[in-house]
Amino acid sequence: MAKSITQEFVKGLWDEIPPFRLVLGLCPTLAVTKSVENGIGMGVATTFVLVCSNILVSALRNIIPTKVRIACFIIIIATFVTVVELLMQAYTYPLFLKLGIFIPLIVVNCIVLGRSEAFASKNSILPSLADGLGIGIGFTISLAILGTVREILGSGTFLGMTLFGPSFQPFSFMVEAPGAFVGLGLLLCIMNLFEK
Amino acid sequence: MREMIKMVVVLTVLSAFSGGLLASIRNETKNKIENQQLQFVKGPVIKMILEGASNDPIADRFEFKDGETGRKFFVGVFDGKANTVALETFGKGYGGDVGLMVGINVDNDKLVGVGVTTHSETPGMGAKAKDDPSFVAQFKGISINDPIKVTKDGGQVNAISGATITSRAVCFAAADACNIYKRLKPEIEKKLKATFK
Repeated sequence: MAKSITQEFVKGLWDEIPPFRLVLGLCPTLAVTKSVENGIGMGVATTFVLVCSNILVSALRNIIPTKVRIACFIIIIATFVTVVELLMQAYTYPLFLKLGIFIPLIVVNCIVLGRSEAFASKNSILPSLADGLGIGIGFTISLAILGTVREILGSGTFLGMTLFGPSFQPFSFMVEAPGAFVGLGLLLCIMNLFEK
Repeated sequence: MREMIKMVVVLTVLSAFSGGLLASIRNETKNKIENQQLQFVKGPVIKMILEGASNDPIADRFEFKDGETGRKFFVGVFDGKANTVALETFGKGYGGDVGLMVGINVDNDKLVGVGVTTHSETPGMGAKAKDDPSFVAQFKGISINDPIKVTKDGGQVNAISGATITSRAVCFAAADACNIYKRLKPEIEKKLKATFK
Protein backbone atom coordinates (compact mmCIF):
# COMPACT_ATOMS: atom_id res chain seq x y z
CA MET A 1 0.00 0.00 0.00
CA ALA A 2 2.98 2.27 0.43
CA LYS A 3 2.83 3.96 -2.92
CA SER A 4 4.25 7.42 -3.42
CA ILE A 5 2.00 10.36 -4.15
CA THR A 6 3.30 10.57 -7.71
CA GLN A 7 2.36 6.95 -8.28
CA GLU A 8 -1.15 7.60 -7.01
CA PHE A 9 -1.43 10.46 -9.46
CA VAL A 10 0.05 8.67 -12.46
CA LYS A 11 -2.02 5.52 -12.10
CA GLY A 12 -5.15 7.47 -13.07
CA LEU A 13 -3.56 8.42 -16.38
CA TRP A 14 -2.90 4.91 -17.69
CA ASP A 15 -3.20 1.92 -15.35
CA GLU A 16 -6.61 2.87 -14.02
CA ILE A 17 -7.81 5.38 -16.61
CA PRO A 18 -11.54 5.33 -15.84
CA PRO A 19 -13.56 4.69 -19.01
CA PHE A 20 -10.97 2.48 -20.69
CA ARG A 21 -9.35 0.47 -17.88
CA LEU A 22 -11.96 0.48 -15.14
CA VAL A 23 -14.82 0.82 -17.67
CA LEU A 24 -16.61 3.09 -15.21
CA GLY A 25 -18.54 6.29 -15.81
CA LEU A 26 -19.72 5.21 -19.23
CA CYS A 27 -22.95 7.19 -19.15
CA PRO A 28 -21.32 10.64 -19.47
CA THR A 29 -18.55 9.18 -21.62
CA LEU A 30 -20.99 8.02 -24.24
CA ALA A 31 -23.50 10.82 -23.94
CA VAL A 32 -21.53 14.07 -23.95
CA THR A 33 -18.60 13.34 -26.26
CA LYS A 34 -20.27 14.67 -29.40
CA SER A 35 -17.58 17.33 -29.45
CA VAL A 36 -14.21 17.97 -27.85
CA GLU A 37 -15.50 21.03 -26.03
CA ASN A 38 -18.30 19.09 -24.33
CA GLY A 39 -15.92 16.30 -23.41
CA ILE A 40 -13.38 18.63 -21.80
CA GLY A 41 -16.11 20.60 -20.00
CA MET A 42 -17.59 17.44 -18.55
CA GLY A 43 -14.14 16.14 -17.62
CA VAL A 44 -13.16 19.34 -15.81
CA ALA A 45 -16.46 19.43 -13.91
CA THR A 46 -16.03 15.80 -12.85
CA THR A 47 -12.39 16.39 -11.86
CA PHE A 48 -13.40 19.28 -9.62
CA VAL A 49 -16.04 17.18 -7.89
CA LEU A 50 -13.67 14.22 -7.62
CA VAL A 51 -10.84 16.22 -6.05
CA CYS A 52 -13.05 18.13 -3.61
CA SER A 53 -15.04 15.10 -2.49
CA ASN A 54 -11.90 12.99 -2.14
CA ILE A 55 -10.28 15.61 0.08
CA LEU A 56 -13.35 16.02 2.27
CA VAL A 57 -14.11 12.31 2.55
CA SER A 58 -10.51 11.65 3.46
CA ALA A 59 -10.50 14.44 6.05
CA LEU A 60 -13.68 13.13 7.65
CA ARG A 61 -12.84 9.44 7.32
CA ASN A 62 -12.42 8.91 11.07
CA ILE A 63 -15.59 10.79 11.97
CA ILE A 64 -18.01 9.22 9.50
CA PRO A 65 -19.66 6.11 11.02
CA THR A 66 -19.18 3.05 8.80
CA LYS A 67 -22.87 2.20 8.65
CA VAL A 68 -23.92 5.51 7.09
CA ARG A 69 -20.76 6.16 5.08
CA ILE A 70 -22.45 5.89 1.67
CA ALA A 71 -25.11 8.41 2.71
CA CYS A 72 -22.39 10.78 3.92
CA PHE A 73 -20.40 10.38 0.70
CA ILE A 74 -23.50 11.12 -1.36
CA ILE A 75 -24.21 14.30 0.64
CA ILE A 76 -20.63 15.47 0.12
CA ILE A 77 -20.63 14.61 -3.59
CA ALA A 78 -24.07 16.12 -4.22
CA THR A 79 -22.99 19.34 -2.51
CA PHE A 80 -19.97 19.75 -4.77
CA VAL A 81 -21.96 18.83 -7.87
CA THR A 82 -24.49 21.54 -7.06
CA VAL A 83 -21.63 23.98 -6.53
CA VAL A 84 -20.29 23.09 -9.99
CA GLU A 85 -23.74 23.42 -11.50
CA LEU A 86 -24.24 26.90 -10.03
CA LEU A 87 -20.76 28.04 -11.05
CA MET A 88 -21.23 26.76 -14.59
CA GLN A 89 -24.54 28.55 -14.86
CA ALA A 90 -22.91 31.73 -13.68
CA TYR A 91 -19.76 31.63 -15.81
CA THR A 92 -20.09 29.20 -18.73
CA TYR A 93 -23.78 29.24 -19.51
CA PRO A 94 -23.64 27.98 -23.14
CA LEU A 95 -21.63 24.93 -22.05
CA PHE A 96 -24.10 24.35 -19.22
CA LEU A 97 -26.95 24.36 -21.74
CA LYS A 98 -25.15 21.78 -23.88
CA LEU A 99 -24.26 19.42 -21.06
CA GLY A 100 -27.68 19.86 -19.49
CA ILE A 101 -28.83 16.98 -17.31
CA PHE A 102 -25.39 15.33 -17.28
CA ILE A 103 -23.98 17.86 -14.83
CA PRO A 104 -26.42 16.95 -12.00
CA LEU A 105 -25.90 13.32 -12.95
CA ILE A 106 -22.25 13.51 -11.83
CA VAL A 107 -23.72 12.72 -8.40
CA VAL A 108 -24.42 9.15 -9.48
CA ASN A 109 -21.22 8.80 -11.49
CA CYS A 110 -19.69 5.60 -10.14
CA ILE A 111 -16.15 6.94 -10.58
CA VAL A 112 -16.71 9.61 -7.94
CA LEU A 113 -18.41 7.36 -5.40
CA GLY A 114 -15.98 4.59 -6.27
CA ARG A 115 -12.93 6.71 -5.44
CA SER A 116 -14.49 7.91 -2.17
CA GLU A 117 -15.33 4.37 -1.10
CA ALA A 118 -12.28 2.55 -2.40
CA PHE A 119 -9.58 5.13 -1.84
CA ALA A 120 -10.33 8.33 0.06
CA SER A 121 -12.07 6.64 3.00
CA LYS A 122 -8.93 4.57 3.64
CA ASN A 123 -6.12 7.04 2.92
CA SER A 124 -4.92 10.38 4.20
CA ILE A 125 -5.56 13.70 2.52
CA LEU A 126 -2.52 14.11 0.24
CA PRO A 127 -2.71 10.70 -1.49
CA SER A 128 -6.49 11.19 -1.85
CA LEU A 129 -5.91 14.53 -3.51
CA ALA A 130 -3.38 12.98 -5.91
CA ASP A 131 -5.72 10.07 -6.60
CA GLY A 132 -8.68 12.34 -7.35
CA LEU A 133 -6.62 14.61 -9.55
CA GLY A 134 -5.07 11.72 -11.47
CA ILE A 135 -8.32 9.89 -12.09
CA GLY A 136 -10.05 13.16 -12.96
CA ILE A 137 -7.41 14.19 -15.49
CA GLY A 138 -7.42 10.69 -16.93
CA PHE A 139 -11.18 10.91 -17.33
CA THR A 140 -10.88 14.34 -18.97
CA ILE A 141 -8.25 13.06 -21.41
CA SER A 142 -10.39 10.04 -22.28
CA LEU A 143 -13.43 12.20 -22.96
CA ALA A 144 -11.33 14.61 -25.02
CA ILE A 145 -9.89 11.78 -27.14
CA LEU A 146 -13.28 10.18 -27.75
CA GLY A 147 -14.73 13.64 -28.42
CA THR A 148 -11.95 14.39 -30.91
CA VAL A 149 -12.55 11.17 -32.84
CA ARG A 150 -16.30 11.68 -32.94
CA GLU A 151 -16.20 15.39 -33.74
CA ILE A 152 -13.64 15.08 -36.55
CA LEU A 153 -15.39 12.15 -38.20
CA GLY A 154 -18.95 13.12 -37.38
CA SER A 155 -19.00 16.83 -38.11
CA GLY A 156 -15.61 17.52 -39.70
CA THR A 157 -14.64 20.07 -37.07
CA PHE A 158 -12.23 20.31 -34.15
CA LEU A 159 -13.19 22.62 -31.26
CA GLY A 160 -15.66 24.20 -33.66
CA MET A 161 -13.09 24.94 -36.40
CA THR A 162 -13.83 23.43 -39.79
CA LEU A 163 -11.02 21.09 -40.83
CA PHE A 164 -11.91 19.98 -44.32
CA GLY A 165 -13.10 21.67 -47.48
CA PRO A 166 -16.75 22.04 -48.41
CA SER A 167 -16.70 18.71 -50.25
CA PHE A 168 -16.30 16.82 -46.95
CA GLN A 169 -19.34 14.67 -46.26
CA PRO A 170 -19.74 14.36 -42.44
CA PHE A 171 -19.95 10.79 -41.21
CA SER A 172 -22.92 11.71 -39.04
CA PHE A 173 -23.21 8.19 -37.62
CA MET A 174 -20.32 9.09 -35.32
CA VAL A 175 -22.16 11.87 -33.50
CA GLU A 176 -25.20 9.67 -32.91
CA ALA A 177 -25.43 7.33 -29.91
CA PRO A 178 -24.27 4.16 -31.74
CA GLY A 179 -21.17 6.03 -32.92
CA ALA A 180 -20.27 6.57 -29.26
CA PHE A 181 -20.27 2.83 -28.60
CA VAL A 182 -18.29 2.07 -31.75
CA GLY A 183 -15.79 4.85 -30.99
CA LEU A 184 -15.31 3.67 -27.41
CA GLY A 185 -14.91 0.06 -28.56
CA LEU A 186 -12.27 1.01 -31.11
CA LEU A 187 -10.34 3.06 -28.55
CA LEU A 188 -10.46 0.17 -26.05
CA CYS A 189 -9.17 -2.11 -28.79
CA ILE A 190 -6.27 0.24 -29.59
CA MET A 191 -5.38 0.50 -25.88
CA ASN A 192 -5.31 -3.27 -25.55
CA LEU A 193 -3.05 -3.52 -28.59
CA PHE A 194 -0.58 -1.13 -26.95
CA GLU A 195 -0.68 -3.16 -23.77
CA LYS A 196 0.58 -6.25 -25.62
CA MET B 1 -27.17 3.38 21.21
CA ARG B 2 -24.09 5.60 21.16
CA GLU B 3 -23.41 4.60 17.60
CA MET B 4 -26.97 5.45 16.66
CA ILE B 5 -26.63 8.96 18.09
CA LYS B 6 -23.32 9.44 16.35
CA MET B 7 -24.82 8.48 12.99
CA VAL B 8 -27.67 10.93 13.43
CA VAL B 9 -25.39 13.72 14.58
CA VAL B 10 -22.87 13.27 11.76
CA LEU B 11 -25.52 13.12 9.05
CA THR B 12 -27.35 16.14 10.46
CA VAL B 13 -24.24 18.26 10.80
CA LEU B 14 -23.07 17.29 7.32
CA SER B 15 -26.44 18.08 5.73
CA ALA B 16 -26.75 21.36 7.57
CA PHE B 17 -23.26 22.37 6.56
CA SER B 18 -23.80 21.54 2.89
CA GLY B 19 -27.17 23.29 2.94
CA GLY B 20 -25.53 26.43 4.28
CA LEU B 21 -22.71 26.28 1.77
CA LEU B 22 -25.08 25.86 -1.17
CA ALA B 23 -27.36 28.65 0.02
CA SER B 24 -24.46 31.09 0.24
CA ILE B 25 -23.10 30.13 -3.19
CA ARG B 26 -26.57 30.45 -4.66
CA ASN B 27 -26.86 33.94 -3.24
CA GLU B 28 -23.47 34.87 -4.62
CA THR B 29 -24.20 33.62 -8.14
CA LYS B 30 -27.88 34.58 -8.38
CA ASN B 31 -27.44 37.86 -10.24
CA LYS B 32 -24.78 36.44 -12.48
CA ILE B 33 -26.99 33.48 -13.48
CA GLU B 34 -29.90 35.80 -14.15
CA ASN B 35 -27.75 37.90 -16.47
CA GLN B 36 -26.53 34.81 -18.30
CA GLN B 37 -30.07 33.59 -18.78
CA LEU B 38 -31.10 36.98 -20.08
CA GLN B 39 -28.28 36.86 -22.55
CA PHE B 40 -28.52 33.29 -23.79
CA VAL B 41 -32.13 32.17 -23.30
CA LYS B 42 -34.29 35.26 -23.38
CA GLY B 43 -31.87 37.37 -25.41
CA PRO B 44 -32.37 35.67 -28.80
CA VAL B 45 -36.16 35.69 -28.39
CA ILE B 46 -36.21 39.34 -27.37
CA LYS B 47 -34.03 40.21 -30.37
CA MET B 48 -36.40 38.28 -32.65
CA ILE B 49 -39.49 40.08 -31.39
CA LEU B 50 -37.91 43.52 -31.30
CA GLU B 51 -36.07 43.07 -34.58
CA GLY B 52 -34.70 46.30 -35.96
CA ALA B 53 -34.70 48.13 -32.64
CA SER B 54 -31.93 50.71 -32.52
CA ASN B 55 -31.13 50.13 -28.84
CA ASP B 56 -30.16 47.11 -26.76
CA PRO B 57 -33.47 45.94 -25.27
CA ILE B 58 -31.71 43.83 -22.63
CA ALA B 59 -29.70 46.75 -21.31
CA ASP B 60 -32.71 49.09 -21.46
CA ARG B 61 -34.97 47.16 -19.16
CA PHE B 62 -36.91 48.22 -16.13
CA GLU B 63 -38.85 46.48 -13.43
CA PHE B 64 -42.22 47.17 -11.82
CA LYS B 65 -43.80 45.73 -8.75
CA ASP B 66 -47.07 44.11 -9.82
CA GLY B 67 -48.67 43.00 -6.59
CA GLU B 68 -46.22 40.52 -5.09
CA THR B 69 -44.13 39.78 -8.17
CA GLY B 70 -41.68 41.98 -10.02
CA ARG B 71 -42.22 42.29 -13.77
CA LYS B 72 -39.37 43.01 -16.15
CA PHE B 73 -40.02 45.04 -19.26
CA PHE B 74 -37.61 45.18 -22.18
CA VAL B 75 -37.78 48.36 -24.22
CA GLY B 76 -37.41 48.55 -27.98
CA VAL B 77 -36.63 51.87 -29.67
CA PHE B 78 -37.91 52.16 -33.26
CA ASP B 79 -37.30 55.22 -35.43
CA GLY B 80 -36.03 57.11 -32.40
CA LYS B 81 -39.16 56.41 -30.35
CA ALA B 82 -39.31 54.03 -27.42
CA ASN B 83 -42.71 52.64 -28.31
CA THR B 84 -42.41 48.90 -27.74
CA VAL B 85 -42.09 46.83 -24.60
CA ALA B 86 -41.62 43.09 -24.19
CA LEU B 87 -42.41 41.05 -21.09
CA GLU B 88 -42.31 37.38 -20.21
CA THR B 89 -45.28 35.36 -18.97
CA PHE B 90 -45.97 31.69 -18.41
CA GLY B 91 -48.70 29.26 -19.37
CA LYS B 92 -49.27 25.69 -18.22
CA GLY B 93 -48.17 23.42 -21.04
CA TYR B 94 -48.15 19.67 -21.48
CA GLY B 95 -44.78 19.12 -19.82
CA GLY B 96 -44.56 22.11 -17.48
CA ASP B 97 -44.51 25.87 -17.76
CA VAL B 98 -44.16 27.42 -21.19
CA GLY B 99 -42.37 30.76 -21.04
CA LEU B 100 -43.48 33.32 -23.60
CA MET B 101 -41.92 36.67 -24.44
CA VAL B 102 -44.62 39.06 -25.62
CA GLY B 103 -43.88 42.31 -27.41
CA ILE B 104 -46.51 45.05 -27.30
CA ASN B 105 -46.62 48.35 -29.16
CA VAL B 106 -47.48 51.08 -26.69
CA ASP B 107 -48.85 53.46 -29.36
CA ASN B 108 -51.53 51.23 -30.86
CA ASP B 109 -51.82 48.51 -28.19
CA LYS B 110 -51.12 45.70 -30.62
CA LEU B 111 -48.83 42.71 -30.28
CA VAL B 112 -45.65 43.13 -32.32
CA GLY B 113 -44.71 39.50 -31.86
CA VAL B 114 -44.30 36.69 -29.40
CA GLY B 115 -41.66 34.01 -28.93
CA VAL B 116 -41.28 30.97 -26.68
CA THR B 117 -38.34 31.23 -24.27
CA THR B 118 -38.38 28.09 -22.14
CA HIS B 119 -40.47 24.96 -22.37
CA SER B 120 -40.38 21.21 -21.79
CA GLU B 121 -42.90 20.14 -24.41
CA THR B 122 -42.71 17.01 -26.55
CA PRO B 123 -40.12 17.33 -29.35
CA GLY B 124 -41.79 17.38 -32.76
CA MET B 125 -45.20 18.16 -31.25
CA GLY B 126 -45.52 20.88 -28.62
CA ALA B 127 -41.91 21.94 -29.12
CA LYS B 128 -42.99 23.31 -32.51
CA ALA B 129 -44.26 26.32 -30.58
CA LYS B 130 -40.60 27.33 -30.34
CA ASP B 131 -39.20 25.65 -33.44
CA ASP B 132 -41.86 26.54 -36.01
CA PRO B 133 -42.00 30.32 -36.55
CA SER B 134 -45.33 30.13 -38.41
CA PHE B 135 -47.24 29.38 -35.20
CA VAL B 136 -46.05 32.36 -33.17
CA ALA B 137 -46.29 34.56 -36.28
CA GLN B 138 -50.09 34.36 -35.98
CA PHE B 139 -49.96 36.54 -32.88
CA LYS B 140 -48.50 39.51 -34.71
CA GLY B 141 -50.98 42.37 -34.98
CA ILE B 142 -53.55 41.05 -32.52
CA SER B 143 -54.97 43.86 -30.39
CA ILE B 144 -54.55 43.52 -26.65
CA ASN B 145 -58.31 43.94 -26.23
CA ASP B 146 -59.12 40.91 -28.41
CA PRO B 147 -59.61 37.60 -26.67
CA ILE B 148 -56.56 35.48 -27.53
CA LYS B 149 -57.66 31.86 -27.92
CA VAL B 150 -57.20 28.90 -30.24
CA THR B 151 -59.87 28.43 -32.92
CA LYS B 152 -61.26 25.40 -31.10
CA ASP B 153 -62.13 27.67 -28.16
CA GLY B 154 -63.60 30.33 -30.42
CA GLY B 155 -60.46 32.40 -30.92
CA GLN B 156 -58.36 33.34 -33.94
CA VAL B 157 -55.16 31.30 -33.41
CA ASN B 158 -54.72 28.04 -35.32
CA ALA B 159 -53.41 25.47 -32.86
CA ILE B 160 -50.37 23.33 -33.67
CA SER B 161 -51.80 20.01 -34.83
CA GLY B 162 -51.46 17.43 -32.08
CA ALA B 163 -50.46 20.02 -29.50
CA THR B 164 -53.63 21.79 -28.42
CA ILE B 165 -52.52 21.99 -24.80
CA THR B 166 -49.27 23.71 -25.75
CA SER B 167 -51.12 26.07 -28.08
CA ARG B 168 -53.56 26.93 -25.30
CA ALA B 169 -50.65 27.55 -22.94
CA VAL B 170 -49.11 30.00 -25.40
CA CYS B 171 -52.47 31.77 -25.86
CA PHE B 172 -52.97 31.91 -22.12
CA ALA B 173 -49.51 33.41 -21.62
CA ALA B 174 -50.12 35.98 -24.36
CA ALA B 175 -53.49 36.95 -22.86
CA ASP B 176 -51.90 37.15 -19.42
CA ALA B 177 -49.21 39.47 -20.79
CA CYS B 178 -51.94 41.71 -22.25
CA ASN B 179 -53.71 41.86 -18.89
CA ILE B 180 -50.53 42.73 -17.03
CA TYR B 181 -49.75 45.35 -19.66
CA LYS B 182 -53.22 46.89 -19.38
CA ARG B 183 -52.89 47.01 -15.63
CA LEU B 184 -49.47 48.67 -15.69
CA LYS B 185 -49.85 50.78 -18.81
CA PRO B 186 -49.93 54.21 -17.09
CA GLU B 187 -46.74 53.39 -15.21
CA ILE B 188 -45.07 52.01 -18.35
CA GLU B 189 -45.86 55.15 -20.33
CA LYS B 190 -44.63 57.38 -17.55
CA LYS B 191 -41.41 55.38 -17.29
CA LEU B 192 -40.84 55.41 -21.07
CA LYS B 193 -41.33 59.18 -21.21
CA ALA B 194 -39.01 59.75 -18.30
CA THR B 195 -36.21 57.53 -19.56
CA PHE B 196 -36.35 57.96 -23.32
CA LYS B 197 -37.01 61.50 -24.53
